[in-house]
Amino acid sequence: MKTALEKSPPLRRRGNTKVLVSGTMLFLFVAMALLAPLLAPHDPNAQDLAHRLFQPWGYAKHDPTHLLGTDGFGRDYLSRLIYGSRVALLIGLLVMAISGVIGITIGMTAGYFGGVTDQVLMFVINSRLSLPVFLVVMAVVVVFGPSLMGTILILGFLQWERFAIVSRASTQQMAGSDFVLAARMLGFSHIRIMFTEILPNIASSLIVVATLEMSWAIILESSLSFIGFGVQEPTASWGLMLAQAKQYIFFESWLLYIPGLALVALVLSINSFGDGLGRMMGGGRKS
Amino acid sequence: MTAFIAKRMGSALLTLLFISILTFSISHLAGDPASAIAGREASAADIARIREFYGFDRPITVQYLDWASDVLRGDFGQSYHYRQPVSALIMARLPITFTLGVAGLLFALVVGIPLGLLGAIRQNSLIDRFAVLMAAIGQAMPSFWLALVGIVVFGVTLRWLPISGSSGVANFILPSVVLGFFTMPAILRLTRAGMIEALESDYVRTARAKGLRPARIVLRHSLRNVLVSIVSISSIQLGSMLGGSIVIEQVFALQGIGWLGYDATVRSDLPVLQAITILVAAFYVALTLIADIINAFLDPRIGVT
Repeated sequence: MKTALEKSPPLRRRGNTKVLVSGTMLFLFVAMALLAPLLAPHDPNAQDLAHRLFQPWGYAKHDPTHLLGTDGFGRDYLSRLIYGSRVALLIGLLVMAISGVIGITIGMTAGYFGGVTDQVLMFVINSRLSLPVFLVVMAVVVVFGPSLMGTILILGFLQWERFAIVSRASTQQMAGSDFVLAARMLGFSHIRIMFTEILPNIASSLIVVATLEMSWAIILESSLSFIGFGVQEPTASWGLMLAQAKQYIFFESWLLYIPGLALVALVLSINSFGDGLGRMMGGGRKS
Repeated sequence: MTAFIAKRMGSALLTLLFISILTFSISHLAGDPASAIAGREASAADIARIREFYGFDRPITVQYLDWASDVLRGDFGQSYHYRQPVSALIMARLPITFTLGVAGLLFALVVGIPLGLLGAIRQNSLIDRFAVLMAAIGQAMPSFWLALVGIVVFGVTLRWLPISGSSGVANFILPSVVLGFFTMPAILRLTRAGMIEALESDYVRTARAKGLRPARIVLRHSLRNVLVSIVSISSIQLGSMLGGSIVIEQVFALQGIGWLGYDATVRSDLPVLQAITILVAAFYVALTLIADIINAFLDPRIGVT
């Protein structure tokens, strides 16, 4: 039996291929989102009740002008799919940015200073972990009304715990290392040590968290939109498309498969991109 | 050990106190409960009367202490919508969500642990790649979508399973598997990573040098170490399953706690919402506490610090 150690060099190479493949996928999704007005064959919100529920290419009831068919309001499914990538990526990126700033600040502060600071912040992290996020988000949405920005803000302010836990643990490992001690002896301020000395060194594990957080935000948004607590009609969101598809699953199940597969493909490519990038940078992923 | 447990219990209680204050103040700052009870057509006088009747005109600290002391006695107040004790509403719906959660976690453990172990023992083999792929897919699929696809495939096309309701065991198969599928990746990855680390460690090398068979090394020496992290992650996952359960209960028309939570949110039924939040937090805190204590016994090094 070979040990895992003997097999470690190819891991990095496989990380490379992984980054290449998932990076290309991700690039295509981003291009699709940015170029949506050019790529979409129709206005994603244009209803045409005379052309409801045309089926995609390859099905019996297909119309050549609608490659992926039309939804229950006669809106072009391909155009809505293309525009939906904008919502997904916007939510993923912004939630990741907000939760990243909050989580990394909390985690690094706790890990760097230790002691009472650490205990207090761990208490905050634990309290956050014990809150049922989904329920809290729903309650906040009821109060402030559902909107795209609202969804982004509330998810960003709630989903920082993974950033905090990982950056705390990584900072703890770094805090006693020689270069941090050297920086301290040179009289660097705590903030400077944290952001210029420690942060670059824990970046590889944070990248993995960042991508996981981004994909998790995308999944949460689609779930919220699906039950009516996220993005609202007529905005083209994959979660909303799935919510509508639910009514037709007995006869037109393709309505369900198309946005769902797009969602899975996007999330898969974000996750493997982060995983591969983390491996290339030498961080590796433990959990 | 006793000091460690006492300290953990203290911090658990403190967390609950903090959550209860947070829940109470947020829900009271968020909206006027009196107008929520009164409904849209109520006059200002009606709302004022309701405010006085429920005691919403008192200072918020007094209201909190009043509510908290009731909660400690197991009284979560009356639902604004159902006009029934909240505790009765919750008890009636608990079995469904509990069944879902436990069955889902069992599915995740039964699939995740063996796949993770096999993957770690035979790294980069076909089964390992399958395991990693399953984890990646499980992590990438929104549970409500998997639920709908499950309904189409097993309910509509194959007609093997019922697609909604909670009348029999068969009704719980699909929702539990969906809920479990969503939990499985974390358990699989953790088992695999922990096992790989354990297999690379010095004590396993020593055991191997002693001539012990690999299977024996795995079962006697490595699994115990991996168990610590599996216990922790399982407790966290079980605690956070309610989030997934809200959506899944919607899809399968199961009237459990998730459904009640959804209903209470839509109707601004504050006592129900507060009770569910507190109970979920208490459940989570209790689970992590138990997991920490189990782990302190499994790994004596934990209790020392």
